[in-house]
Amino acid sequence: MIWLDTVIQGVLLGGLYALFAAGLSLVFGIMRLVNLAHGDLIVFGAYIILILVSLLGLNAFIAAAIATPLMFALGWLLQRFVLNRTLGEDILPPLLVTFGLSIALQNALLEGFSADSQRIGGGTLETESLAVGPINVGVMPLLCFVSAVLVIVALNQLFYRTSLGRAFRATSDDPVTASLMGVRPAQIFSVATGIAMVVVTVAALYLGMRANFDPTIGPARLIYAFEAVIIGGLGSLWGTLLGGIIIGVAQTVGAAVNPEWQILSGHVAFLVVLLVRPRGLLPRAVD
Amino acid sequence: MELLATRGLTAFYGDFQALFGVDISLDEGETVAIIGANGAGKTTLLRSISGVIRNAPDSVTFADAPVGHLDADRVMALGVVMVPEGRRLFPSLSVEENLQIGSYGRNIGGYWTLATVYELFPVLKERRKSPGTALSGGQQQMVAIGRALMSNPRVLLCDEISLGLAPVVIRDIYAALPKIRESGASVVIVEQDINQALKVSDRVYCMLEGRVTLSGKPSEVSRDRIHTAYFGETAA
Repeated sequence: MIWLDTVIQGVLLGGLYALFAAGLSLVFGIMRLVNLAHGDLIVFGAYIILILVSLLGLNAFIAAAIATPLMFALGWLLQRFVLNRTLGEDILPPLLVTFGLSIALQNALLEGFSADSQRIGGGTLETESLAVGPINVGVMPLLCFVSAVLVIVALNQLFYRTSLGRAFRATSDDPVTASLMGVRPAQIFSVATGIAMVVVTVAALYLGMRANFDPTIGPARLIYAFEAVIIGGLGSLWGTLLGGIIIGVAQTVGAAVNPEWQILSGHVAFLVVLLVRPRGLLPRAVD
Repeated sequence: MELLATRGLTAFYGDFQALFGVDISLDEGETVAIIGANGAGKTTLLRSISGVIRNAPDSVTFADAPVGHLDADRVMALGVVMVPEGRRLFPSLSVEENLQIGSYGRNIGGYWTLATVYELFPVLKERRKSPGTALSGGQQQMVAIGRALMSNPRVLLCDEISLGLAPVVIRDIYAALPKIRESGASVVIVEQDINQALKVSDRVYCMLEGRVTLSGKPSEVSRDRIHTAYFGETAA
């Protein structure tokens, strides 16, 4: 039973990684932009929620709901005034700019909040569990996983059922022809980054409630997110969830064998999947 | 009444000048053909009109307003809509979605809807769930035309819609033209096939090396003059 428990914990952890990755996957899918500050933006979001919780005494979920429009606006402005200017034939400028943003964010957070590790209080939710057959599942990890699935369902609905989603996919295929349809690629990109930041807010909520965080942990979250996107297959959101789960399970299984192997086994799983399926598990047909 | 015009239009790709002061005009309800060999500047002309290439404001006018400086999405919203060379369907979108996105920037209602586009090209209805790029060349061209019609354009710019298609397919495509004109759109057709162009147009312009070398009604321009205008003096 201990193995079943380990795998279930891994799957649930994978939900958190999928949340880290979904925003990254969305932005990369639409504008081929790798946002190296993605992990730091998640940490930034966690601090915003923390401020709302500790200063106003709000419930963490309500705090996240308040942070959501702020983060959308931040993403929109970031794309509109900074990142859109870096997009072009050359792939280097967006990498350099987001790398710089990552460092600036980390240092600003360090100035503002010190290096102390923090946690968003979730009240009794943190310790509650459900008995599922022979094993107990934490309510918080379960909520996190369900949220990840809901986020991915919602993003897929947006992508495949709405006019905005069609514009996203068309712009991703061919921005010049999309502009002949009246789509403004720069505007589409700004909205996309705004939506990615909404997903970042959800990720930040669970990052802050499931574990401690401090200003420097962003890049490590970015790596998990990146691995989940790559092994899932670029451009596929369900693939991103699958990728997150694989890394999560690899980590918990590795940790069950030897606690020192937790991080390493996640990275090894990433490399193994890439060796077997270089284009990821669920690559988009077109690309 | 003049609907669309270019005046002294020039265009450059880097140091290379592709257009040298092109003047063309299109009246309301008219169909104008632009013919010329490869590299004559026909596609550049359409790209300049549609805003893919931006120009001085006054170099392109639509309904007496300067539009040369506008981006493609703004020009499209005014009702000047292009069927681009090579069809350019969106591979991630199904046939129906390719049609639907045609009205993204100009959803004003009018004769053209999904239903009337399917009526015009019935085969598209059967294939509406397929990816746009899974269709034959002729069917893809129908999607590209239908996509442009979905915005109920006032001016439809068609760039080489017969390129790479079999004669029987070209006939099917051009059979849609009367219906398109009837719906109120004025049409600019860029064609390499001179006969096709003369057959369907009210007026024809011939371009050579970035300049208009001949213009007139199809009945008034002689074969010899077209030949000279198309290939240049030296070839005659």
